[in-house]
Amino acid sequence: MPAPIDTAAKFAEYAHPEALVSQEWILANLDNPDVVIVESDEDVLLYETGHIPGSVKIDWHTELNDPILRDYLDGEGFAALLSSKGIRRDSTVVIYGDKSNWWASYALWVFKLFGHEDVRLLDGGRDLWIANGQPVTKDETVVAPTEYPVIERNDTAIRAFRDDVLAHLGKPLIDVRSPEEYSGERTHMPAYPEEGALRGGHVPGAASVPWAKAANEDKTFKSRAELEAIYLDGAGLKNGDDIIAYCRIGERSSHTWFVLTYLLGFEGVRNYDGSWTEYGSLVRVPIVKGTEPGSYTKVA
Amino acid sequence: MSQTAQNANELIEDFNSFSLKERLGLLLEFSEQLPGLPARYEGHLELLERVEECQSPVYVFAEVKPDDTVDLFFSAPAEAPTTRGFASILNTVLNGHSADEILAFDDDFPNKLGLSEAISPLRLRGMRGILGRIKRQIREKRG
Repeated sequence: MPAPIDTAAKFAEYAHPEALVSQEWILANLDNPDVVIVESDEDVLLYETGHIPGSVKIDWHTELNDPILRDYLDGEGFAALLSSKGIRRDSTVVIYGDKSNWWASYALWVFKLFGHEDVRLLDGGRDLWIANGQPVTKDETVVAPTEYPVIERNDTAIRAFRDDVLAHLGKPLIDVRSPEEYSGERTHMPAYPEEGALRGGHVPGAASVPWAKAANEDKTFKSRAELEAIYLDGAGLKNGDDIIAYCRIGERSSHTWFVLTYLLGFEGVRNYDGSWTEYGSLVRVPIVKGTEPGSYTKVA
Repeated sequence: MSQTAQNANELIEDFNSFSLKERLGLLLEFSEQLPGLPARYEGHLELLERVEECQSPVYVFAEVKPDDTVDLFFSAPAEAPTTRGFASILNTVLNGHSADEILAFDDDFPNKLGLSEAISPLRLRGMRGILGRIKRQIREKRG
């Protein structure tokens, strides 16, 4: 049974208020058997240093990715993972994590590839929870394994592959990387030298909106009006647009995908997880260098 | 075999005798044991060198003493326990040993701890980055 919706006034203005919860909501639902709280961080040890009581950890690197294929889990793998975390198909899952919920958004997106109905983010993520002195524990969470059904992953609605991107040229694309990566000065993030590509630049026509613009200093999401100013007025997105978001390996763009889909209500947003590490190394695809979106519609 | 190489081999053996989960547990213990900065560096991160290969702000400083032994100092935030763990391991293995020994230390040590399946390989590069900077600072300070 789904847990109650958080009725906080801030969330009510978003397109999907049910996709976010506040710290107060968590505190009121810590013992709710229909709720499973999941921590998903970039730093694999962070959960162990202290986590929300009763929460379980999902590691993006070892648990969501297939070790051989550059792909996500299959239906059986996902069922085994969620069973081991004590999540039922009808559980309300609330995900939180470090870095403004960057990795939490990524985990949420993977949950949605399998159509898990009720997945939400804790606004402000791990950092704000800690900053506000909310309870954390190092106690290991005792999980009662569940029977999670095997659901075939459905990539069509929210995931884009490279051919989808090429077919999409001329329609809205959002590049969420840093300005230096967008312009092509850098082929990788400042601190991530091994996640590079052969060419520097961006997909033709992509608007540059670094992902963190959607987050406040305190790691919460910006208000609807602020987000509209960034994505509608700033990046020129219009109601009804089909949009593809990308970054370097698809994790930062999950954050933007969440914002566009759940907070602003766009229905046709896909995340290109191959992102620049794939696109920037592909043979015979066009790129654009510099700070302007540029264009290219003819593909060899 | 030098003392640092011996320390390193013991740690490599320890880590590899454990399951993945235990390896992470050991790394966490190391991260908790990373000593704080002495008063003279406290609040003076500009005196230390930022390790750019690490995803989080980690700083390292190698002080070569008149007897040619080396004191190491690190600073890494609590919200980056993996990086703290890397720094702490290097501190345990290298701190207080002679400059020559540290310069001869195996650059490939970070890859031998059996952590690459638990931590994405590119994060391990941060540890190689810390080690590289320690060696470079020692070389520079000896002139």
